[in-house]
Amino acid sequence: MSKEEKVDNYLTHNRGFLSWALTLDHKRIGLLYMTFVLSAFLLGGTFAVLLRTSLLTPNHWMFPNDPAHDTQAKLFYNNMFSLHGAVMVFMFIIPAIPAILGNFILPMMLGAKDVAFPRLNLLSFYIYCLGATLFTWILMGGILRTAFNIHLPFGFGLDTGWTFYTPFSTSKAEDGMVAGVLGAFILGFSSILTGVNFIASIHTLRPRGMTWFRMPLFLWALYATSIIQVLATPVLAITLLLLVAERLLHVGIFDSSLGGDPVLFQHFFWFYSHPAVYIMILPAMGVISEVISVHSRKHIFGYSFIALSSVALALLGFLVWGHHLFVAGQSNLVDSIFSLLTFSVAIPSAVKVFNWLGTLYRGSIRFTPAMLFAMGFILLFTIGGLTGLFLGALATDVPLHDTYFVIAHFHYVMVGSMVFAFLAGMYHWFPKMFGKMCNPTWGRVAAIMLFIGFNTTFFPQFVMGAHGSPRRWATYPAEFQPYHVTSTIGSYIMAISLITVALNWLAGLLWGKTAPANPWGGNSLEWHCPSPPPHDNFSTPPVVDDPYNLSAWEYDASIEGWVPRKTQPVPAGRPAADRTRPVTH
Amino acid sequence: MSTASTEISGHSYAHGPGRHDPHLAHHFDTPEQQFTSAKLGMWIFLGTEILMFGGLFCAYSIYRHNHPLVFKFAAEAYLSTKWGAINTVILITSSLTMAWGVRAAQLNQKKLLISCLVLTLMGAAGFLVVKTIEYSAKWDEHVWVGSWNRYNGDNDASYATPPPEQPTTRPMVQIPAPAYSSVAIADDANTGLDVSQIKPRFNDSFSQSIQVHPPKQESEQKPSGEEQVDERYKQLSASDQWHVNTFFSCYFLMTGLHGIHVIVGMGLISWILMRTLKNEFSSEYFTPVDLVGLYWHLVDLIWIFLFPLLYLIH
Amino acid sequence: MSLTHSNDIPAPVADDAGPNAPHGVHAVPRRTLAGVYGLLILFTVITVAISKVDLGQANIWAALLIAVIKGGLVTMYFMHLRWDSPFNGLILISALFFVSLFIGLALLDSHSYEPQMKPTPMYVKTR
Repeated sequence: MSKEEKVDNYLTHNRGFLSWALTLDHKRIGLLYMTFVLSAFLLGGTFAVLLRTSLLTPNHWMFPNDPAHDTQAKLFYNNMFSLHGAVMVFMFIIPAIPAILGNFILPMMLGAKDVAFPRLNLLSFYIYCLGATLFTWILMGGILRTAFNIHLPFGFGLDTGWTFYTPFSTSKAEDGMVAGVLGAFILGFSSILTGVNFIASIHTLRPRGMTWFRMPLFLWALYATSIIQVLATPVLAITLLLLVAERLLHVGIFDSSLGGDPVLFQHFFWFYSHPAVYIMILPAMGVISEVISVHSRKHIFGYSFIALSSVALALLGFLVWGHHLFVAGQSNLVDSIFSLLTFSVAIPSAVKVFNWLGTLYRGSIRFTPAMLFAMGFILLFTIGGLTGLFLGALATDVPLHDTYFVIAHFHYVMVGSMVFAFLAGMYHWFPKMFGKMCNPTWGRVAAIMLFIGFNTTFFPQFVMGAHGSPRRWATYPAEFQPYHVTSTIGSYIMAISLITVALNWLAGLLWGKTAPANPWGGNSLEWHCPSPPPHDNFSTPPVVDDPYNLSAWEYDASIEGWVPRKTQPVPAGRPAADRTRPVTH
Repeated sequence: MSTASTEISGHSYAHGPGRHDPHLAHHFDTPEQQFTSAKLGMWIFLGTEILMFGGLFCAYSIYRHNHPLVFKFAAEAYLSTKWGAINTVILITSSLTMAWGVRAAQLNQKKLLISCLVLTLMGAAGFLVVKTIEYSAKWDEHVWVGSWNRYNGDNDASYATPPPEQPTTRPMVQIPAPAYSSVAIADDANTGLDVSQIKPRFNDSFSQSIQVHPPKQESEQKPSGEEQVDERYKQLSASDQWHVNTFFSCYFLMTGLHGIHVIVGMGLISWILMRTLKNEFSSEYFTPVDLVGLYWHLVDLIWIFLFPLLYLIH
Repeated sequence: MSLTHSNDIPAPVADDAGPNAPHGVHAVPRRTLAGVYGLLILFTVITVAISKVDLGQANIWAALLIAVIKGGLVTMYFMHLRWDSPFNGLILISALFFVSLFIGLALLDSHSYEPQMKPTPMYVKTR
């Protein structure tokens, strides 16, 4: 086959709008998700920058500083942080890695042609679109109305924060509550159906020879994530339905003036939302396991421990929701129970970090952009996890609850960890998905800039919070201004670095070098097919092997990629890491 | 080298005799694998339904545990064990006919399958008829959901307040939503409202007809048993009186959500019926019948738990 | 081993399945269906009857026990779980376990702080 001949791949297989809109190909569905999820990230991120900008001065400088505008300014701020939180949580972080990278890579890692239920997969996507549209409309409507007095039809706004606490949400919150909450309800179903699909796929589509303990760790991570998605999200569904019933019909489940119990709402809400944060972090950890191993040319250290700790994290994550209710009126007995359980949930995470470090140790580390993001993940996740312990201990939680300390903690795990891992995964699998290579220099610049920007943004917030600065306030005491200004500058650096990433990808798509089938030398099955893959993933069925047996490949400089090793195994005395590949990129 | 490598993934790559089965999707190796996968997926979905209803059972447990006498009072006064038991028998029977229908599909017994599906549909319809009877009785007795319930604090003529000599002291004034250029969202404290501004929250005839006390010249709509109910209500403590509303919230939310699932189930069974009439099922391929059957059994399962928890509180 | 059949052990076919019953399909026998139905009706009658007898605290547990038995019958026989892969049963058990966990801890909490709750007087609703 001559080089000029175009090889049919999943992108060129069928053409036309309908071939994408009605596709059953998991790879195309992954890309469809990518466009929407990254748009959500752009929206949420824009509002993050707006929030930070509005906090440059203690007195909401974006509005005139007089009592007439005070309410409006605060209402606008409330709408802004609600939009930022809700869009980021429900429309970006929860779907991002499972729906984009999971959909694309999971069937290929299984050597399969598709997920177990392709039509359900497409349905999940459309449910996501529907929920996302409704949700965004309501949230943006609130922003436009409070800031500019522009009234979108049905654009009511939501100012409760993404947590919808009662009784505020059932009585005084803005009218967008019902529609907004229904948007989140619909988004939840997308998550549930993706989870159903992945569990069934991993159970029934594993090839002969791929036992549970021969699966790549990304699959273990997706499996654990799917367990949580399937078990926890329905409780969110009923919580949101109850909220709507309370708001519309005044049933009195959560409203104490009607005989209800507002703390019960928080139990309901956090029973989902705490496992939800494990939905966010587990796939990220799976990506890191893959990236760290391949880009340091070393077999993953402690495979079984990482695999089992994924499942342990999924299950233990269900036992700790009450640590969000420590100051809400939860009883002392239950406070203590949840505090103790919260300490236990740190253990599987620590096991993983130890194993990743063990993998890096004496590895042959290539500082690819993916590896830089992964290393950033390890440090930032450690900080995020350790600061969680302060919040899990009862005595220290009391002064820290609802301060900037909490904000810094969860941004370290959601942005510093999950977003870094997402970017690592995108850089790692970009050649496979698009058949092009990105410019690595700009990728490295973006990674380092994001790391610096991120720490500049959020580290001061730990200090602020420890000094008592409350969260979700539009104004603040003047002594905190230096921290806020530093934080805002950091957010601008983050914005620039994320734009750099986006441009890097765009340039790669348009002008990047053609990617070989295996640019990094991984051994999991997705690297055994061409880049980009054909419609049916594999033209010849791949051979199942230990996914971390990296010595099965050798570097071929002529294609700047890795090819299966045909020569005899290297003699004894060879160091553990594969050092045959020269470090050129 | 890789001593541990083994042969292949995907028989689906081979082109064997089974691959011409029109029902076999291209990414599955065998029809059995596809069927097992579909069943697994359905069981996971049923798990999610259990979790969803579980939330409602949680709310129920908490309120019943904290106010047992409330639940006893409300269930005895307003719920009919007879209708609940009839509904239980109807649903169990429809479960039987559904299971029989799945069996018929497995054994190529098309006519029997059609009869079973029709009978299941009739059972479902019967269930909804009984539910309508119950719900309309609740409406007549002024114990509907939310603010239409005489025990709900939102209801202007609610029993939840002590019967005052003067008009109710709970002003329920509608303050129009402030334009956002103006100040001050009113807070909870007494804002010096003019009591003469009192209007009922809802202007429907039901709200208007409810009296705070049962006056002697009440219209003949009120059944005589209601005085007995009032007597027993007054025997509850003040805190318990406040929570009678919560029983009805639980009742309507649980049976309402269950009812919605029954309606969806009817839709699914009708769809299966139409496909059966078009000869789409056989012993080779009956997966949709099986999966809809599982869903229907779950609906029955939930009712099996709802019935004693709501109706058999004595 | 052919390409159309995996090496699964075929499930037993019902004795009255008839000559058209394909290989590997298990149809529930008619007598089983009828028997389970009879038991379900019987337990319904029992549960209504028991509820009329005052057993104090034991009433709710008796009702729940009977509901679990009925539920078990529906699950095992009508829903075919008895002959299905055990993993499907594991899914059901897990879902029930997590519901119990949720109810248990929330109930424990509510029980513990309930003495501190008092009825809230009506407040002025503004919107």
